[in-house]
Amino acid sequence: MDKRQCCRRLLQIAVVLVGISFLTFALTYLAPGDPVRSMYAANGTIPSEAVLQQTREEMGLNRPFLVQYFDWLTGCLRGDFGRSYSLKKPVAELLAARLWPTLKLSLLSLLLMLLFAVPFGMLSAVYKGKPVDYLVRGCTFFGVSMPNFWVGLLLLYVVALELKLVPVVSSGKGFDKLILPAVTLAFAMAAKYTRQVRTAVLEELNQDYVAGARARGIRERTILWRHVFPNALLPLITMLGLSLGSLLGGTAVVEVIFSYPGLGNLAIKAIQAMDYPLIQGYVLWTALIYMALNLLVDISYNYVDPRIREKR
Amino acid sequence: MKKKHVLFVSFLCLALLIVLAAVLAPYLVPYDPFAASLTDALKPPSAEHLFGTDKLGRDLFSRVIYGSRASLASALALVACIFALGSVVGIAAGYFGGWIDAVLMRLADMMISFPGMVLAIAVAGILGASMTNAVIAVALVSWTKYARLSRSLVLKIKGCEYLAAARLTGSRTGHIMWRYLFPNAVPTLVITAATDIGSMMLELAGLSFLGFGAQAPMAEWGLMLSEGRSYMQKAPWMMVFPGLAIFCVVVVFNLLGDSLRDVLDPREEE
Repeated sequence: MDKRQCCRRLLQIAVVLVGISFLTFALTYLAPGDPVRSMYAANGTIPSEAVLQQTREEMGLNRPFLVQYFDWLTGCLRGDFGRSYSLKKPVAELLAARLWPTLKLSLLSLLLMLLFAVPFGMLSAVYKGKPVDYLVRGCTFFGVSMPNFWVGLLLLYVVALELKLVPVVSSGKGFDKLILPAVTLAFAMAAKYTRQVRTAVLEELNQDYVAGARARGIRERTILWRHVFPNALLPLITMLGLSLGSLLGGTAVVEVIFSYPGLGNLAIKAIQAMDYPLIQGYVLWTALIYMALNLLVDISYNYVDPRIREKR
Repeated sequence: MKKKHVLFVSFLCLALLIVLAAVLAPYLVPYDPFAASLTDALKPPSAEHLFGTDKLGRDLFSRVIYGSRASLASALALVACIFALGSVVGIAAGYFGGWIDAVLMRLADMMISFPGMVLAIAVAGILGASMTNAVIAVALVSWTKYARLSRSLVLKIKGCEYLAAARLTGSRTGHIMWRYLFPNAVPTLVITAATDIGSMMLELAGLSFLGFGAQAPMAEWGLMLSEGRSYMQKAPWMMVFPGLAIFCVVVVFNLLGDSLRDVLDPREEE
């Protein structure tokens, strides 16, 4: 990717971010609930109409929609995402505090997933049409059909409640708190990736260079790991980037099951409390991370795949 | 009849069986799925209550059977919606080009460069929790996939001579779109839709599980799972059976989608 392409991508990202921010802002504006009323309700007070009006003015909620939007957007550009209604803290601070736990969880689940998907995907490709292949493909099929919240609940019941191997609630510090949520997340992904690895390896095995290597008498194991594997890995990088992006924003279900203090859990609480600045901040933040990761993946191709560098 | 046809027909029969169970639910269930009886609360599975009872003493077997109604109806409605909306917009964009195309493609880019579930959760939460809003939320983030697909299919045949001939003989635009473009796009779109039913069901159940979909006392599998979560220790059957139901139905619809692809997709012919 050269400089011009990079600039175009950055511009595209900016356009998408503005679009997403407008969409969420419009949605929260149109939403049926009243944030001021729910804020007071959360404190346990029932305010009079005059107090409500005054609070609205203080929070700037009585101004025209577009003024509010541009005000918020310029604030975001300065890194000020507003203040959370329900938690009474700056949104940026709340989001930043949750980023590390979610990142830790995402990386661990990706690692677990790869540990499973790569060997089994390769096994399935090498023994295509044999019983092993059918077994692996059957397992992946069931894997993608399992709802991940059900997997999470079953794991919680068996491992935490019955066998008492790990704690039930995953909040707080410690590595053992990470295991169950990470396994749950890895489960569904592993099924998807095993299929991808299998397809990619099969495609590479049909290439001429494999036949050439075999003709030269190179051992099958060397061909597989030294020649086929690195090539098959390339298409996976894009997918890994996308997965990490959606893991960073979209692990809500699993985080709720295990009471894990991550971004998704925060977002669910924000939505339940009609905490609009927090919701808007969360959506924008996730979009930003997701797209930045995608850009990084595309740039990394330059380094991983020499062919792309050569083409320039 | 080839093997793949046999497979497709048998999966279709299984799927129809599930639909039939949903339609005939009132005649199949042994108990009223909404009738609470606190004296029977949290009973384990037995001959009397096949799947046990929940915290209000409602028969879980009856509720699981009734749950198929909510899941099937919402997932099918969702897929039908995004199918119709996506194909109409996509065909129009591909055929007319110009600003319609530009706007559509930017919208589709926006949806692709963003994790859909995040937006769906936000939309469902903001609109207020209900099954309809959950369907709207997921539809809003997934219709662009169908639009992109039908657009690319239209672009592929746009330059064909028979289309020019149709225009030359004075066919109305609507006629061309409906009789020439749409039938060309249908097989691919139907395959996509069929393989999507299962994953849409999972997403809707996930939203219900988080509390942004079906509301109590509705019998919906995602909601039942989230109710079962708080009684996990005392009544594990409350979370086992609804999950098993989702799993089985999703497996059947995924198998159906895959076998339909094998039947319709000529590329698989070897």
